[in-house]
Amino acid sequence: MEGAGNILFSGVGGQGILLASEITAYSLLAAGYDAKKSEVHGMAQRGGSVTAQLRYGKKVYSPLIEPGQADIQVAFEMMEAVRYLPYLHKGSKVIVNTQKILPPAVATGQAEYPADVLDNLIEREIVVVPVNAFDLAREVGEVRTANVVMVGAMSPFLPVNPDVYEDIIRARVPEKFRDANLRAFEAGRRVSE
Amino acid sequence: MTKQNDNAHWMSGNEAIALGAYEAGVKVASGYPGTPSTEIMENLCHYDGVYTEWAPNEKVGLEVAIGASFAGVRALATMKHVGLNVAADPLFTASYTGVNGGLVLVCADDPEMHSSQNEQDNRNYAFAAKMPMLEPSEPMEAKEMLKTAFELSEDLDTPVMLRITTRIAHVKGVVEQGEKKKALPGEISKNPSKLVMLPGMARQRRVYVEERMNRCKELAETAAFNRIEEGDTKRGFITSGVSYLYVKEAFPDAAVLKLGMCWPLPEKKIREFAAMVDELYVVEELDPFLETHIKALGIDCRGKECIPNQGELNTSIVRNSIDPDSKAELFEEVALPMRPPNMCAGCPHRGIFFNLSRMKVFVSGDIGCYTLGFLPPLSAMDSCVCMGASVSIAHGIAKAVGEDAHDKVVSVIGDSTFIHSGITGLINSVYNESASTLIILDNRITAMTGQQQNPASGYNMKGEAASQLDLEALCRAVGVKHVYKVNPHEVPETRKVLKEAVDQKEMSVVISEAPCVLLPEMKERKPVSYFTNQENCVGCMSCIRLGCPAISWTTFAEGEAEERGYRKKQKGISKIDEILCNDCGQCASLCKFNAITRKEEK
Repeated sequence: MEGAGNILFSGVGGQGILLASEITAYSLLAAGYDAKKSEVHGMAQRGGSVTAQLRYGKKVYSPLIEPGQADIQVAFEMMEAVRYLPYLHKGSKVIVNTQKILPPAVATGQAEYPADVLDNLIEREIVVVPVNAFDLAREVGEVRTANVVMVGAMSPFLPVNPDVYEDIIRARVPEKFRDANLRAFEAGRRVSE
Repeated sequence: MTKQNDNAHWMSGNEAIALGAYEAGVKVASGYPGTPSTEIMENLCHYDGVYTEWAPNEKVGLEVAIGASFAGVRALATMKHVGLNVAADPLFTASYTGVNGGLVLVCADDPEMHSSQNEQDNRNYAFAAKMPMLEPSEPMEAKEMLKTAFELSEDLDTPVMLRITTRIAHVKGVVEQGEKKKALPGEISKNPSKLVMLPGMARQRRVYVEERMNRCKELAETAAFNRIEEGDTKRGFITSGVSYLYVKEAFPDAAVLKLGMCWPLPEKKIREFAAMVDELYVVEELDPFLETHIKALGIDCRGKECIPNQGELNTSIVRNSIDPDSKAELFEEVALPMRPPNMCAGCPHRGIFFNLSRMKVFVSGDIGCYTLGFLPPLSAMDSCVCMGASVSIAHGIAKAVGEDAHDKVVSVIGDSTFIHSGITGLINSVYNESASTLIILDNRITAMTGQQQNPASGYNMKGEAASQLDLEALCRAVGVKHVYKVNPHEVPETRKVLKEAVDQKEMSVVISEAPCVLLPEMKERKPVSYFTNQENCVGCMSCIRLGCPAISWTTFAEGEAEERGYRKKQKGISKIDEILCNDCGQCASLCKFNAITRKEEK
């Protein structure tokens, strides 16, 4: 067990960020790391931008990622991949679900959804891994597994053996959805491998 | 809560505190939901042998816990920081009576105001109410400190406060399970000279309070929770709570005095530490609480002159405040459309605020999901101060403006908030002849904090059937003559009722009745969705102005309107996302062009 890192999960309230960050945290703990995770409940959840911050290492003190220190970002929506740019550094890996969710100003015709929004990352030498999580989730037979597809796509960037994630999914997910989630994890992992 | 091995769990601070309460043998716990404290009670109610309840407000909750303590059992009260303002009355006198069974109050502060209307620093309450306050830095420590708090409470005959912040409550970490202490049964024992705070007895207890705090100060000198961590003495740090973690990362080699008890302070230990180090820094979030009291000891230190007194801290802020040269270069933010929180698709509040946005009234708002009625496109809230204030502020405005005000002021409050502290305001409005209108948004749940039961929901904390408060009967009983009920999803119908209520020259109440769409029974039903008959859409934007997340607008390109067979001047069309639609029908009730239809089956 070596190294330490910071993972930022971002997206829109209701996208299943919580489960994705939990599976990641359990996997890191099972691999022998210390971990802390921070999230915000309440007002911040009602369809607004949401984040969860996960830090791992030999011993983790602060639950918050410092600006410029997120090594990996798992973004569940395209614009939310760019919103937290000050947290990223050159070479950060951004795994992004290529879905667009229109914010109120765009939905009501007051603003436009920015074109080529991911270029903001690429221009700054940030590694972008686009994932069509919905299509992949549909292919494995359960659209609600898009968040686990995202975990799969992130997994090769963490020092954790794929078996560990699979064990966690087996232990955590109700039997009814277990196989679909395992397939979703594999489908996501293939995107990045 | 998830098991890592037999003893270690991955838990949030709030889950850890619930486990700590169970291990401490707590017998009675009462609280009012409030972010970031809510999950303590939600988790505690699943443990055997602990009586738990949602109280109608924090004052009641604390008083219930005081009563349980008087009956000799360990008792817990939980609340968010502003809830302690409501509970301050019993708190200050419980400090005099002291306890029989251990009494601990957990208050959860919200620096940065993630989900609050202010960021008051409740450490000041420990000083003002003359009682000990413990402050953990992380979930595992929160659990252990809660148990320590109960021991202190019983040893020193005092209520004890445990102060957490958002970054402890909602942070997950590894927590080791401990032994459970046997809970003692409650029994009635009379001791009026200790418990009846008439002036004569209170004066005697007042003397005891000073003796107790002196004993507590002595104990703080040697207690394990106040510890010096040896290190580089060029710069030394005194810190507590989550700030300790930031200091450990920003200055890993420095000497640190970690204060687990932020009141009273261990004076000798602080002097000893100050003498050890060349330069002394005090690192704390929000107020210069430790700093002020340390400076009052005549000890020179640096604190808020370089570290912000607003918002949360983090490792970077701590490092950069003290070493400005260490600032790293960061990518700048890119301008993007904002994504503020919004009422859910199908939220009943939307129908009320849509109507209010079209009425020329001052909307006196309150605390809950419906505070989002402030945001565009509804923009229908003009003030919001604290729980329950909507009713009384509207009354004050009406009295200031005089007789013409009866159709110009409306207050809006949720069911749970009305019960929390709106009822007394309504009694005042009737008694002192207000002519404003109160709208009670009854969605049958305490929604913003994540679906907690309340006295009007018909269920208790465990989901068992309970007595259900009849809001209409209550309003009539306090003397309101004009009480209306509306279904807010029928937007034009609701408008007519609101207008009639507002026109009344006496106090009127409109109860808006429709369940929160996040209620389990609402989520489990198979909603039928609405869809747009786009060929009928004339681009009037009536539905768009609801601000529903399921409805979006597409602007036509030049010439596109005619090409697609619409009027040349039509600017665009609206569309309903059938997956997001929650079947409320507000948009359909507004559409005059038969462009929105309910589907038979989703």
